[in-house]
Amino acid sequence: MTAGAQSSEDDQQMRASRVTIADVTFIADVSGALFWQEQRLLVVSDLHLEKGSSYARRGVLLPPYDTVATLSRLAAVIARHDPRMVIALGDSFHDRDAHQRLSASDREALSAMQARRDWIWISGNHDPALPPDLGGTVANEVAIGPIAFRHEPTGAAGEIAGHLHPKARVATRGRSMERRCFASDGERAVMPAFGAYTGGLSIRDPAFAKIFSAPDFMAHVLGDRRLHSIVASRCY
Amino acid sequence: MPFTPLEAAALLPERFRRWFAARGWSPREHQLALLAKASGDRSALLIAPTGAGKTLAGFLPTLVELSAASTAVRSSPSPLAGEGAHIASRKIISTGRSVKRTGGLHTLYISPLKALAVDIARNLETPIAEMGLPIKVETRTGDTPVSRRQRQRRYPPDILLTTPEQLALLLSSDDAPFLFASLKRIVLDELHALVTSKRGDLLSLGLARLWRLAPEMRAIGLSATVAEPESLARFLVPQREGREDAADIVVAGGAAEPVVEMLDTQERLPWAGHTARHALGEMYELIKRNKTTLIFVNTRSQAEMLFQDFWRMNDDGLAIALHHGSLDVAQRRKVEDAMAAGKLRGVVCTSSLDLGVDWGDVDLVINVGAPKGASRLMQRIGRANHRLDVPSRAVLIPANRFEVLECRVAIDAIAENAQDTPPLRTGALDALAQHVLGCACGEPFFSDELYAEVLTSAPYASLTRTDFDDVVDFVATGGYALKTYERFARIKQDKQGRWRVANPKVRQSYRLNVGTIVEDTMLKVRLVRSRGGGSGSTGALGRGGRMLGEIEEAFIEGLVIGDTFVFGGEVVRYEALAEDVVYVSRANDKDAKVPSYMGGKFPLSTYLAERVRKLLDDRRAWNALPDQVRDWLSLQKDFSRVPAVRELLVETFPRANKHYLVCYPFEGRLAHQTLGMLLTRRMERARMRPLGFVANEYALAVWGLGDMSFMIRQGKLDLNALFEPDMLGDDLEAWLAESALMKRTFRTCAIISGLIARRFTGEEKTRRQVLFSTDLIYDVLRKHQADHVLLRAARADAATGLLDLKRLGDMLSRIQGRITHRELEHVSPLAVPVMLEIGRESVYGEAGDELLAEAADELVKEAMG
Repeated sequence: MTAGAQSSEDDQQMRASRVTIADVTFIADVSGALFWQEQRLLVVSDLHLEKGSSYARRGVLLPPYDTVATLSRLAAVIARHDPRMVIALGDSFHDRDAHQRLSASDREALSAMQARRDWIWISGNHDPALPPDLGGTVANEVAIGPIAFRHEPTGAAGEIAGHLHPKARVATRGRSMERRCFASDGERAVMPAFGAYTGGLSIRDPAFAKIFSAPDFMAHVLGDRRLHSIVASRCY
Repeated sequence: MPFTPLEAAALLPERFRRWFAARGWSPREHQLALLAKASGDRSALLIAPTGAGKTLAGFLPTLVELSAASTAVRSSPSPLAGEGAHIASRKIISTGRSVKRTGGLHTLYISPLKALAVDIARNLETPIAEMGLPIKVETRTGDTPVSRRQRQRRYPPDILLTTPEQLALLLSSDDAPFLFASLKRIVLDELHALVTSKRGDLLSLGLARLWRLAPEMRAIGLSATVAEPESLARFLVPQREGREDAADIVVAGGAAEPVVEMLDTQERLPWAGHTARHALGEMYELIKRNKTTLIFVNTRSQAEMLFQDFWRMNDDGLAIALHHGSLDVAQRRKVEDAMAAGKLRGVVCTSSLDLGVDWGDVDLVINVGAPKGASRLMQRIGRANHRLDVPSRAVLIPANRFEVLECRVAIDAIAENAQDTPPLRTGALDALAQHVLGCACGEPFFSDELYAEVLTSAPYASLTRTDFDDVVDFVATGGYALKTYERFARIKQDKQGRWRVANPKVRQSYRLNVGTIVEDTMLKVRLVRSRGGGSGSTGALGRGGRMLGEIEEAFIEGLVIGDTFVFGGEVVRYEALAEDVVYVSRANDKDAKVPSYMGGKFPLSTYLAERVRKLLDDRRAWNALPDQVRDWLSLQKDFSRVPAVRELLVETFPRANKHYLVCYPFEGRLAHQTLGMLLTRRMERARMRPLGFVANEYALAVWGLGDMSFMIRQGKLDLNALFEPDMLGDDLEAWLAESALMKRTFRTCAIISGLIARRFTGEEKTRRQVLFSTDLIYDVLRKHQADHVLLRAARADAATGLLDLKRLGDMLSRIQGRITHRELEHVSPLAVPVMLEIGRESVYGEAGDELLAEAADELVKEAMG
């Protein structure tokens, strides 16, 4: 076996973990996307496109490269899994006019990803009314088999939601690090935010306690090359 | 050449001579020299030790000039003569707000500490009152009420004492031209301390502005002894292309040589550590034998621990206090007042007391741990005994064997009066960005004119036009290659091409965020009753509790609920974190579980490092060392080798199923840490399976699974290649992409430059809503515009700051072809100190998958019982 082959096999193994939600097995990708192999369905949440220009309007001149950064990461994960359908789980755009500020090249990149597959924009609180010319279909929520996809979590069984941007802090012997994570108790899940400029909310925040009644839900933490499953009560 | 009585009389008016005589003083040479410089219309740099009457010297020219102005008016038969008429000769009418004003600001005094400004104002009152001089002195700091600040702008005092930040604010106001047009003199106190940071950069830009507004202004710099007085003197006068204009230098002599000794401990000298606990008893005796002792340590945690130790052994009930930067301000003031009142026998302190208010009767300085630099040590020692004719006394307490070497060479350096202050900085681009925005808040400016003005400031004298234009572009629209933010510009050009601020909100935000001191985010620490065994981070906990002080958020983030650490002189247990408050309870443990918060701020100076290497190489000089240390070095010589001055000694040996590589660059912990990061990357690629590394000020130890001795023997590992300076190329780039230290450096630049605000106007709701992670910006910017001006600023900082790249680079070139390898059977005597750091200090390295995996593994172990 050559070293190259070995490392690419490692990559495949490490890049993703299996996460079961309401008896459906998903592949949780280290990029923060979720892939349902049987359905060839890819889910990403909280892209917050054009967040940079949204801040710029208020005088905070963040680098205007967040949209291109987010879309290129999305293109990479789509290329890896070649899904039949993509669901963007809400807050895909940072504000109501954000889609109008997309550059021509970002629009093209988006269209290229949408070609030959179904694309669903779930509405979020940041982007409640998306126009039809973005391509794809706009919906409030989508149910496939036992799973319901919606933006804001309600705590219902079989629900996959976003909105909260879960992150987890892990500390050992005086060092600590903080990363985005999937939060799940096996019956429901909250996806990490995918956008380049999206911050996070600690999974120890009471907002998560409302969704997961048991305190020992899991944080599937996005590492550099792989996911790490850590009980939420061990995180900060 | 001393001044003759006649010359002295010409410089010092009768009124002043009588005043000096009444106090039983005679004017000092350097005080007269400064008067002579002033009457010759020259700027001057006064280099003087503490206790030399530096402040009075700095103000004498001002007092003399103002008293002359008053007598001139009074002696004239003008009907105006009377109250306030002394300033009639300097009548000015406001251009700003059509308010008629007479008089004007004559002298500006800038101090790095607001407490110092207030103290100096008080000290000035004495000569002014006793000589009956009609001079008005006021201070202006962050604490000055708004009403007084407004009044000061309309009716400025003769002398205004303030800080660099307040000067920047004044310069950014509409009436700056009015306020400063009359300025004759600026006095810069503790200049040696001001110029080493971006605060100095900003101050230098403020000076450049003042030179334009008040071309007649002359500067007086007051400084401790520095390595390059000539370059410091350039700071005080406008620079012109192709010339090295500088202020005249006046050196105050006559201070008694300090008496500095190293404690010759009767105890066993520790191999490692920085607490100097072995010498507790001996230190306590010193405090007991002296009237008032300042005990300087290098870090807050050391201060905490030492204070606690004294407390435990204090059978005599000596009044010993604690002073460091994270203690509550009220508590610090209390200590300072008690000190001034002569009520304290000892104060354990950090660099928080390096500068500041005169305390009079300190008769001994104890410096615990490494001196780090000769000049720094000298300045600390100067805190003892502020009388010139009596020598300052100091005792150095090395905390381990290496520190004995460092203390030895520091004492030699002081005896030779050798200095190792850093060279004058090159002005930072992020500080320039802040200044450019400040300028736009005041009168509109033309780029050409502002560029010419900035070049007159010494730190920016060689700023390129491209860099300047990039900074202006950054201030306007972010400086991005993608021009999408034109309509959101913060500053805009009018038809004539002058830049002005785009809207009042920008000005407001500038005013709230002025300054270059970016502190770690601090959390308040409050003491509550333990709720015992709780595990949540929030939840019901008695709020309130006594305020202990503040602590770095980064430190708390590394803790787990229930961990103990030392704070405010006691061992406390981490109970909870809510908003920006850390709740702790009193712990009964004798020792804290998490020992330190961060290392010292300053690395070992290059100069002392060089002297330590020379000392090691000079067998005869070992005679001056304590027996224990000499024996240790002799053992090293027999077992391995004592490194020669120019060479890098590398030792490899096996230990407990792992293989170690220890090298001795003597370049300070920061540079060693960076070297460790880069070496382990290289070793990783060479399949040597490195596992970790640890660094101290003198050495670096790397360990791994690969047998390095064997690989070197087989020619599979070439040490010259391993330490090749090209590691500062691609390896460095790859590491910087993810380095937390680099991200911290970038964050500072983002804040100073004004990209990210740290304080917000009332309309924004909470801190959390507006705080934006600069790490995310760093990642995106690095990928999409690697040459952005902020990344350039951060790289420039990395050369000398947390990563110390320049020093590492110099070292790598120095040791090329001079690496000596010793293959050993076990650890060498010289390697023991750094090896003992393993597990004591946290193992350096970027937390990544490995840390997460460790956390996950712990759980598995727990689950499997």
